Amino acid sequence: MLDILVSGLLLSGTYALVAMGLNLQYGVAKIMNLANGEVLVLGALASFWLFTTQNLSPLITVLILVPLSFIGNWLIYKFLMLPLVRRSKSKGALEVDSILSTFGMSFIIIGIMVSIEGGFFAYKYLSHPIEIIGSTTSVNRLMAFVLASIIALMLYVWLNVSRQGMAVRAVSVSNEAAGLVGINVVAVSGLAFAIGGMVTAIGGALISTFITLDASIGVVYTMKALIIVIMGGVGDIRGSVIAAVILGVVETAVATLVDPGLTLASAYFIFICVLLLRPQGLFGRPTS
Amino acid sequence: MKKGTHLELTIVLCVLAASIFWPLVVNGYWLGIGVDAMMYIALATSWVLFSGPTHYISLASAAFFGVGGFAVGLGMSDYDMSFWSMLIISAVAGTLLAALVGVATLRLSGVYFVIFTLGLAEMIRNLVSWVQNNFLGSRGLYVLTDFNDQHLFWMLLLTTATIYITGWLISRSRLGFALRIIGGDETVAKHVGINTAFAKIILFTTTGLFGAIVGAIIAPRWSYIEPNQVFSPQLSFFVVIMALLGGSGRLWGPIVGVVPFLLIWNWVDANFPSQSILVLGLAFLLIVYFLPRGVLGRLEDLYVKLKKRII
Amino acid sequence: MRLSSVLALVAAGALSAGVALADGVIKLGAIAPKTGPLAGGAVVTQWPNVKLWVEQVNSRGGLNVGGEMMSIELIEYDDKTNPGEHIKLAQRLATQDKVDFIVAPYGTGFNIATAPIYGKYDYPMIAVSAITDKMDELTARYPNLFFTLGTTTAFVDGVKEILVEQRAAGEIGNEVAMVNVADAFGIELADRARELFAEEGFEIVYDKSYPLGTPDLSPVMKGAKDSGAKAFVAWSYPPDSFGLAEQAIIENLDVNVYYSAVATSFPAFGNAYGSKINNVLGAGGTNVDDPKIAEYRKAHEEVTGAVPDYWASANTYAALQILEQAIVGAGTLDRKVVTQYIKDNSFDTVMGDLSFKNNFSNTFWSVGQWQDGVFRGVKGSNVDGAAKVRLKDGWK
Repeated sequence: MLDILVSGLLLSGTYALVAMGLNLQYGVAKIMNLANGEVLVLGALASFWLFTTQNLSPLITVLILVPLSFIGNWLIYKFLMLPLVRRSKSKGALEVDSILSTFGMSFIIIGIMVSIEGGFFAYKYLSHPIEIIGSTTSVNRLMAFVLASIIALMLYVWLNVSRQGMAVRAVSVSNEAAGLVGINVVAVSGLAFAIGGMVTAIGGALISTFITLDASIGVVYTMKALIIVIMGGVGDIRGSVIAAVILGVVETAVATLVDPGLTLASAYFIFICVLLLRPQGLFGRPTS
Repeated sequence: MKKGTHLELTIVLCVLAASIFWPLVVNGYWLGIGVDAMMYIALATSWVLFSGPTHYISLASAAFFGVGGFAVGLGMSDYDMSFWSMLIISAVAGTLLAALVGVATLRLSGVYFVIFTLGLAEMIRNLVSWVQNNFLGSRGLYVLTDFNDQHLFWMLLLTTATIYITGWLISRSRLGFALRIIGGDETVAKHVGINTAFAKIILFTTTGLFGAIVGAIIAPRWSYIEPNQVFSPQLSFFVVIMALLGGSGRLWGPIVGVVPFLLIWNWVDANFPSQSILVLGLAFLLIVYFLPRGVLGRLEDLYVKLKKRII
Repeated sequence: MRLSSVLALVAAGALSAGVALADGVIKLGAIAPKTGPLAGGAVVTQWPNVKLWVEQVNSRGGLNVGGEMMSIELIEYDDKTNPGEHIKLAQRLATQDKVDFIVAPYGTGFNIATAPIYGKYDYPMIAVSAITDKMDELTARYPNLFFTLGTTTAFVDGVKEILVEQRAAGEIGNEVAMVNVADAFGIELADRARELFAEEGFEIVYDKSYPLGTPDLSPVMKGAKDSGAKAFVAWSYPPDSFGLAEQAIIENLDVNVYYSAVATSFPAFGNAYGSKINNVLGAGGTNVDDPKIAEYRKAHEEVTGAVPDYWASANTYAALQILEQAIVGAGTLDRKVVTQYIKDNSFDTVMGDLSFKNNFSNTFWSVGQWQDGVFRGVKGSNVDGAAKVRLKDGWK
């Protein structure tokens, strides 16, 4: 039982890292970013490459990624997404446009990554066993969990305590209303998009220490992120965290008690059940 | 999605009829592209049938396609059934599955509907793999037939024509009228007494029916059926992308979307063989920026301009 | 035809031509994943060998085709691990690029999907990474399709033999923990293994599958550990082979026999885990002491910058050598003649002397083991130099 709890929570840490970034990008900036998984893999590639060529610890890579991925994603928002935001006449139109363009972006990123490293990012870091309340796990997973929790906490505090965070939450509720009270919606959206991308890239660097990724696996993580964000409800970071916890624990429980072959099927099953009971997700606003 | 006119029907049917001659005039490669085009046109048109009027984006295409392909693979490989009987069984299975999905998604809207369909399709993929692993004990599903690309092209052409005619008839029926109101404002539709649930389910069922048929027809082409390939989410994304590129405002949007897109893809393959995915991504971006409402949007703008000139 | 006599002919041809320049061009088509789920494997096993062989042939002046020196022009495409895409590109190679020969695809499904197309245009397909039990039926349908890496049954047989031997030696009991990836490949192998293991009286005390792309394999490994079996077999794909090994290290899995299928033979596997995966068994194997293999491995690293894998890399290169010798031996680019030549002759390759019976070449390694930093072949068919199987001794 303890095994399930510990492994499940650690897996939730991984899932939270994968999903929090997309929650910001979609919930606030209203960009359905289908290239989210590729940004994750970019972070992983950076970590792998720096570790195997320069012997640089992935934790250092994370520090390097903070400014780099922030700026990178901010540039993507300003030059690729903003023109679409400006010209879209409705929320639906922006969604369609962002789906199409981020899909194209994902292909471009895959193409770039494959030319750097076409094979598996196979390395291990801090792969030592450690015992947590009677259950064995590895240090790298624990580290990812701890950092995921810190990031989630920091985001929650920022969003709910700071003035900037309030502006961000206002934009996620309604662009028009936020604009009317004097919030610079474009600036806030850009900020959210950049932070979201940054969190995703950092997440990728962290999970690459224990999951062997490659340039093409991004789409699997994009789908996972989408499931988690929607299940948790768009726009509220708590939703994504809770959804990540539920999925992590359920998957681990099913794998241990029933059949590992049903792990992913059960995750989707829970997701479907949640939406059937609460069509707006756990923490989402009821849609009219 | 606008109501279909007789002019549209005539033109589309003429184009489709002319396509009958395609396999007779081109060789293997262009015939193969034709098969691909027909496959995506069929899938995208059946997608637009539902999404056009209701504005619901479904990412479940792979689930129905997979059901068709897997059923044919399983039936022919493990149970020695004929292709035609499995085709019928696929169609039935696809319809039933779509009906179930339709019922399940009634309360969902917007992005919740989109991702729900994605999650559902992925759940089905995982379940089928699990069932194959634990109960079917199969050693690979081989679909070895004597069908060649010509046969498949004509089968897909017939399917596309059927989808188009079905959609055209629906758009001109009371059901189509009801669907347009639902697409405009679902709350209003409910208040004027339209049975929105029934309308949505019926329409979604057609997506399942035709998706499964297309999957069944393609199975002989791939010859070796694996759940992770026939249920691949990439297909769902491509169907949506192609439908949106063409424009979901009209039922013939996919025809003008798929064909140029596949031609661009072909051009990329020929000129950038080692970096095809990168260049394709760039092409996507360019298309999105220069065709805001898909090819249809561009065509409609042109039409309006021409009309103004004439007047 | 012996390689040395080929070289002699080439030299003679070059001398008689006065200048060692190739005149004509042989177009060679190669389609394999560069992106998509199978790309990670193809990038290690397939693409470098194609590049190596083409460069080596061209630096020698090309192939002597009936007296004319012809260099190789390589046309490569990325199939994105998508069957529809691969089929389209295969037709492109055949009808638009009009290539003279093709390199067989990577992956069982892709070989089967393209067999009808290539068959129609008479391209010989010397398949490597195609593992199936239906070879008779397939080659009856597609007489241009050749298999070189063994059947599903042979794949499992190697593991089974080791289990039987170790049980007889008292190192393992009747209990086996077996897991597989829920993809066509893993499902087929597990299915066959259940039959073959049961025939030998083994009991599979932990028998589970896991979806492709499972991020956390700790429940699987804990379950295997709890079963108490001294033998662990995983019919796995690259990402999970890596993942399972990591979990086995974390859990300090107490087994005497540990096997994971694909990617165990990748140099990256050894690099990632170092001494911890010593005595881990995996699919494939090679004999690094064989001078031909050693020479091949050295050339591979020099030309492509990458270390070849310890399994199908050598077979992939051998398949190209077969094609080379068949073209030169037949003295023509006529594909029907070359295909017949492949059927009728034996070839001198890095895998030894290869020949086909009913389109099947029975020379391959099935199981290898990491022994002090080298993944040596321990079980195979018609191969020499099998190392002795060692027991897994902790995960340090």
